[in-house]
Amino acid sequence: MNIVVCVKHVPKCAEAEIRIDPTGRDIEKHGLVYDINEWDDYAVEEAVRIKEKFGGSVTVVTVGPEEANSTLRKCLARGADNAIRVYDPKLVGSDPYVIAKVLYKVIKNLQFDLVLTGVMAEDDGSATVGPMLAEFLKIPHATMVKKIELKDHKAAIVHRELEGGLMEVVEVKLPALFAIQTGINEPRYVSILGIRRAMQKEIKVLGLKDLSLDESEVGYAGSWTLIDKLFVPPAEKVCQYLKGSPEEVATQILGILKSRGLF
Amino acid sequence: MGGIFVLAEHRQQQLRDVTFEMLTKSRDLADKMNTTLTAVILGKNVKELAKPLTEYADKVLVVEHDLLENFVSDYYQSALVHLIDQEKPLLTMIAHSSIGMELAPRLAAALNIPLATDCIDLTFEDDRLVVTRQIYGGKINARVIVRKADRYIVTARQAAFKAQKPPRPINGQMIEVPYQPPSEEVKKRFLELVTPPPGAVDISSAALVVGIGRGIKDKSNIPMVEELAQMLGGVVGCSRPIVDKGWMPSDRQIGQSGKSIKPKVYLALGISGAFQHLVGMKGAEVVIAVNKDPNAPIFGHADYGVIDDLFKIVPALKKKIAEARGS
Ligand SMILES: Cc1cc2nc3c(=O)[nH]c(=O)nc-3n(C[C@H](O)[C@H](O)[C@H](O)COP(=O)(O)OP(=O)(O)OC[C@H]3O[C@@H](n4cnc5c(N)ncnc54)[C@H](O)[C@@H]3O)c2cc1C
Ligand SMILES: Nc1ncnc2c1ncn2[C@@H]1O[C@H](COP(=O)(O)O)[C@@H](O)[C@H]1O
Repeated sequence: MNIVVCVKHVPKCAEAEIRIDPTGRDIEKHGLVYDINEWDDYAVEEAVRIKEKFGGSVTVVTVGPEEANSTLRKCLARGADNAIRVYDPKLVGSDPYVIAKVLYKVIKNLQFDLVLTGVMAEDDGSATVGPMLAEFLKIPHATMVKKIELKDHKAAIVHRELEGGLMEVVEVKLPALFAIQTGINEPRYVSILGIRRAMQKEIKVLGLKDLSLDESEVGYAGSWTLIDKLFVPPAEKVCQYLKGSPEEVATQILGILKSRGLF
Repeated sequence: MGGIFVLAEHRQQQLRDVTFEMLTKSRDLADKMNTTLTAVILGKNVKELAKPLTEYADKVLVVEHDLLENFVSDYYQSALVHLIDQEKPLLTMIAHSSIGMELAPRLAAALNIPLATDCIDLTFEDDRLVVTRQIYGGKINARVIVRKADRYIVTARQAAFKAQKPPRPINGQMIEVPYQPPSEEVKKRFLELVTPPPGAVDISSAALVVGIGRGIKDKSNIPMVEELAQMLGGVVGCSRPIVDKGWMPSDRQIGQSGKSIKPKVYLALGISGAFQHLVGMKGAEVVIAVNKDPNAPIFGHADYGVIDDLFKIVPALKKKIAEARGS
């Protein structure tokens, strides 16, 4: 099984303060901590597990600046064999459509039985790249994949997660693309030592020319969508903040529960 | 100009709520632009199911075929490629659901029609499609301009639009359209739907739910919250990462791919408020959110907020309850 996994290096936003920069079109990236996109972490783990069972190789691909090497190294430490990074300053501003096109140009030249992506990227949350890439590659796909059972090298039975805990089971012929949902496995712990060892592995860097992509096809020029303005989401409810020491806050919470007949 | 298409979504012989949400939004857009609204329904024996759509849409295109009995994106895609090529709608709206997320991006790529996904609002400004979508886990909204084209595809976030009957009777016309199967071999086959096994605890009917998210940090901290819930006669629910890590069974998950709850009070601890979680807690009468990040999106959906460390608030709550009960 030769497996290609698309991974994105993203800022971790859950606990960070996100500020809009002076252009109004982007956020202040300075000071944010970047790491592998959560969904891609599961995708890489799944690929490595399949390789460990059936043999073959795992190649990770990212479109991103040099800093994204740390995400690739994490994947190499986890058991990926090869890493490819695509970068050109002209790629700045690329939307998921352009990213899918760039990934297609890279992957079409590789030997693969499976292509894995995450369901979505934590930052843009568009959930687009996987299925679009499958269309460009002309291979079948399934998204929200929570289980992959390989039947020989020719097909896979996959479980797709639907709404409300419902699962859909489909059979897909290989080569195929699966967009991986979190919880499909438990990503293994990568030790610092492992990452250090991965430092010696080569990361292949490709530019637009290597992929015979024209400037006009990438970045803002090639994108379908362009961010015009960012703003803080308006609150849907007026939130009343409970203030004071934890004890005082606790008393107020119990008061609310009492008023609802719950205490 | 070809009007607006809405792909009606249905499962297990029921139209899904998002169908009516999309129809409501599109009805409004179509009226403003003086164009027609068309609902498209794909399936097997769906004519009866399609009837309510005529109350919203001027036309209801019904495509029936054995191959459309279950959702397989390839069969759906060939039907839509054909319809869009033929009718040339300016806008095709699909739900950002497990169906739409599988279908829409590939359809857009196949037809080379610009796509914007997970939209929470959309308008046409001087012929340009402008959408609002959320980025960075719901912390920021983006006004996004879609590249000018004569056709667009969008996916609409579930529950982003409120379903409402149109301002006037519509009485749309139902039209059967023959199905065009894909010209190439379909390499995907539907096998079955698996319903989740009933869990030991039913969070969907509990009067008090205490929800935990990634802020709980470690499995070993969960008993502390279980105890709190028990003292109050409530149950513990959680966000997705807690289930993903195997710390709680999947029947405790609140949200889009988990359960919907409708308690009198939902106490959310260390949950950021991603929209996939929010849709599951919409039914709560009162939401109290505890989060140490003052900018956590959940505060925009809470009645009461506590900007503090849950590891301080939970013990204080337990202490106060014990005191009140005189033990
Ligand atoms: C198709 C799909 C379906 C999904 N379905 C669901 C679903 O059904 N349910 C669901 O929940 N998610 C679902 N998700 C995932 C969702 O997008 C989010 O990733 C998830 O809800 C985040 O969970 P969280 O809030 O616990 O974690 P995070 O986003 O990591 O947030 C953790 C929060 O804890 C706070 N915190 C940390 N430490 C403390 C402390 N000591 N005290 C107080 N606060 C603290 C942080 O400030 C942060 O706000 C789905 C995603 C996709 C793509
Ligand atoms: N810049 C990128 N480089 C490599 N893979 C990406 C990139 N952006 C998105 N992807 C892949 O596409 C998936 C979905 O991302 P998105 O469509 O942007 O939400 C991610 O989980 C990745 O697997």
